[in-house]
Amino acid sequence: MKRKVLSALLCAAMATSLFAGCGGGSDDKSADNAATDDAAAGDDAASDDAAADDAAGDDAAEEEVAEESTEAAPDAVSTVGPDSGTHMEMWSFVEMHNEFYAKMLEKWNEENPDRQIQITFTTYPFGDMHNKLIMALQTGEGAPDLCDIERGQFPNFLQGEPQLYALNDALEPYMADLVQSRFDIYAKDGTYYGAPTHVGATVMYYNDELLSSYGVDYKTIKTWDDYTEAAKKVNEASGGEVKMTSVDTGGTDWLWIAMAEHGEDYTDAEGKVTVPESWNKMLTMQQGWINDGLAIVSPDGQLDTEGGRQAIMDGKIASFPKALWYMSRFLSYSNGELDTMDAPGKWAIAPCPVFEEGQPRSVGIGGTGTVVTNQSVDPALAAEFISYAKCSYDGCVGIWEELGFDVCNTSVWKDTAITQDTSNKYIAFFKTNPFDVLNEIEKEIGAVTVNQNVFVLQDYINVNTLNAIMEDGQDVTEALQEAQDAVDLEQ
Amino acid sequence: MKVKKFLYSQKVAPYVFVLPFIISFTIFWIYPLISTVTMSFQSILPGQVEFVRLENYTKLLKDKAFHIAIKNSFTYMVWTLILLIPFPMLFAVLVDSNLVKASGFWKAVLYLPSLTSVVISGILFRLMFTEYPTSQMNKLLAFFGNEPMAWLKNGTTGMFALLLLACWRWTGVNMLYFLSGLKGIDASLYESAEIDGANGWEKFRYITIPLLKPTTIYVLTISVYAGLAMFLESYMLWAGNSSPKNIGLTIVGYLYKRGIEKNQLGYASAVGLVLLVIALIINIVQLILNGTFKKEER
Repeated sequence: MKRKVLSALLCAAMATSLFAGCGGGSDDKSADNAATDDAAAGDDAASDDAAADDAAGDDAAEEEVAEESTEAAPDAVSTVGPDSGTHMEMWSFVEMHNEFYAKMLEKWNEENPDRQIQITFTTYPFGDMHNKLIMALQTGEGAPDLCDIERGQFPNFLQGEPQLYALNDALEPYMADLVQSRFDIYAKDGTYYGAPTHVGATVMYYNDELLSSYGVDYKTIKTWDDYTEAAKKVNEASGGEVKMTSVDTGGTDWLWIAMAEHGEDYTDAEGKVTVPESWNKMLTMQQGWINDGLAIVSPDGQLDTEGGRQAIMDGKIASFPKALWYMSRFLSYSNGELDTMDAPGKWAIAPCPVFEEGQPRSVGIGGTGTVVTNQSVDPALAAEFISYAKCSYDGCVGIWEELGFDVCNTSVWKDTAITQDTSNKYIAFFKTNPFDVLNEIEKEIGAVTVNQNVFVLQDYINVNTLNAIMEDGQDVTEALQEAQDAVDLEQ
Repeated sequence: MKVKKFLYSQKVAPYVFVLPFIISFTIFWIYPLISTVTMSFQSILPGQVEFVRLENYTKLLKDKAFHIAIKNSFTYMVWTLILLIPFPMLFAVLVDSNLVKASGFWKAVLYLPSLTSVVISGILFRLMFTEYPTSQMNKLLAFFGNEPMAWLKNGTTGMFALLLLACWRWTGVNMLYFLSGLKGIDASLYESAEIDGANGWEKFRYITIPLLKPTTIYVLTISVYAGLAMFLESYMLWAGNSSPKNIGLTIVGYLYKRGIEKNQLGYASAVGLVLLVIALIINIVQLILNGTFKKEER
């Protein structure tokens, strides 16, 4: 008898272990379900979120790079909105984005008492979130209602028949005020699938305190030749301790700048990709810096990484180009305290140097398109909400104040109540007013096409070409030809 | 009553016992295998699935990244065979002999790493091998008066890191296999060899090694497959699937990259099938050479 009981128990144990793998995850939200109608009470898991650590960074310069974890465990989950409202799920790869959407959701619910929404926000690491979403859309099951997609990843989601809801109707009321090109990057055949966050204008960040101690005035730097001269000066004056900048082996920001300055784009009318001429110029110049000891290779491949931020904090490099969203990397909150990467007033922002004077001095880099999936319970409502949250004037002001991004509504850039608000943490932190720079380069911000082939090329460049050129000293022309061959295999 | 009769029937019982295996094998192995074969001839996008005949395979022939992945996986596999069969066998013999004191302690110490998660140990190894002068490995180099180096940006040192992680993790497991093999060897064989005047080496050479052969073949077979299918170690060591110049890219890593990251499930299926074919060929050849398929001599 005893043996029978025992064997029954064993069988039961085996059976449960068989199915144990299948169940997990589905009820992870319940823990926080009771939580907080108060959106702002987001956990502090948040602040670490900006910590990005994908050494070989997949894409040009995403606003957020992949985190190190491989597990699909969410970093933070919170539910906002009344239980009576339509319940939706939303994913992002940046905790700060979710916190912002939660605030906008509260406003939405105040203004639309008859169309209440309740959203469960989940933050996943960068790579995991995109992979999960691809699988969910491919299989037609398990996708959230709303989701952030990073710009470099976006072409992946437009392949075949996009499993996303068209936002044209929902965006229509706001579009006239916003920069059109930022909608086009999330569109296919005239249908808009993503609500943009920002322009991502690229600027130069200069550590003015450090530079002036070596007798360099960043305001006099107009061309890359001036920049190289300044780099020599910094290198000599610091005895090689401090370098002017660091070049990337895991990001293509510099290449985008070169492209935009020359008015090039890598795609032709059919979407075929050719390595632009300007890349050769930029990479040859950078290889020269490395050979002459004027620059270092960015730790972890690019500067939006743990190692990159450390190099900036340690004063190892005195300047670098990044999109305006990088401002938010200087300021982060931990445990409710403002934590700055460096002392306020040290860093200045200025337009990028150019190859020849008169060339445009900026390019839009990075971005997040928020999509509504076709699996949403109420796609029309979700689309209206997200358009309101990201593209309305209030939404844009919120994006600036919360996230410090150069929003797509350029009238915000000129609203003195906002631009001259010295209590704003970003305006207070930087030596120059970011809006002064933005307004100066407004007409010069180039746009670069990103399609599936570009995705392939960028991946190849980040993994192979840049490493070969900067670390192994491979001939630039030869390395770029190899990159072209690799992308030709796919197109 | 009928139920009881059914359950106690000697004819039915065996099938009932193997049924769970058959079901899970069919659902989780046979079905995916067949569907992978079909998918490898398709281009798969949401709402657009079409047959492309051999296109995926012809592309594989020209795909340099895939060739690098095969080379990496193959090198890794060969090195794990060289490192993870003789040494664990030696350790097993030592632990089993009277030469080593506190053998239980050594067994536990060697086995312990395999209980850790690869995700965690991979992160730790990554930190040990960073290029900064403060990383453990560079401190070690500095101790011997060498310059710090970028371990994970160079093919040779990157492979070294992967192999170190593999040895650290798997030596104990393979040792346990060999230990269990050793337990099956009759002690009287050693005694009679001693009477015939065999020394320690001769006993090892002429008794231990031949009688461990079934264990060795088993370890060899699973090591070939494990080596070729390695993915997580590389994924953790380089914090993702992209390593500089693809020095850490493995076949399964490439499958993941194509199938999941680039949303080309058809192409990824072709990659997976090539892996299957390579592993099968190596193992079948190896098993034939080892005489596993021969009928036992009587």
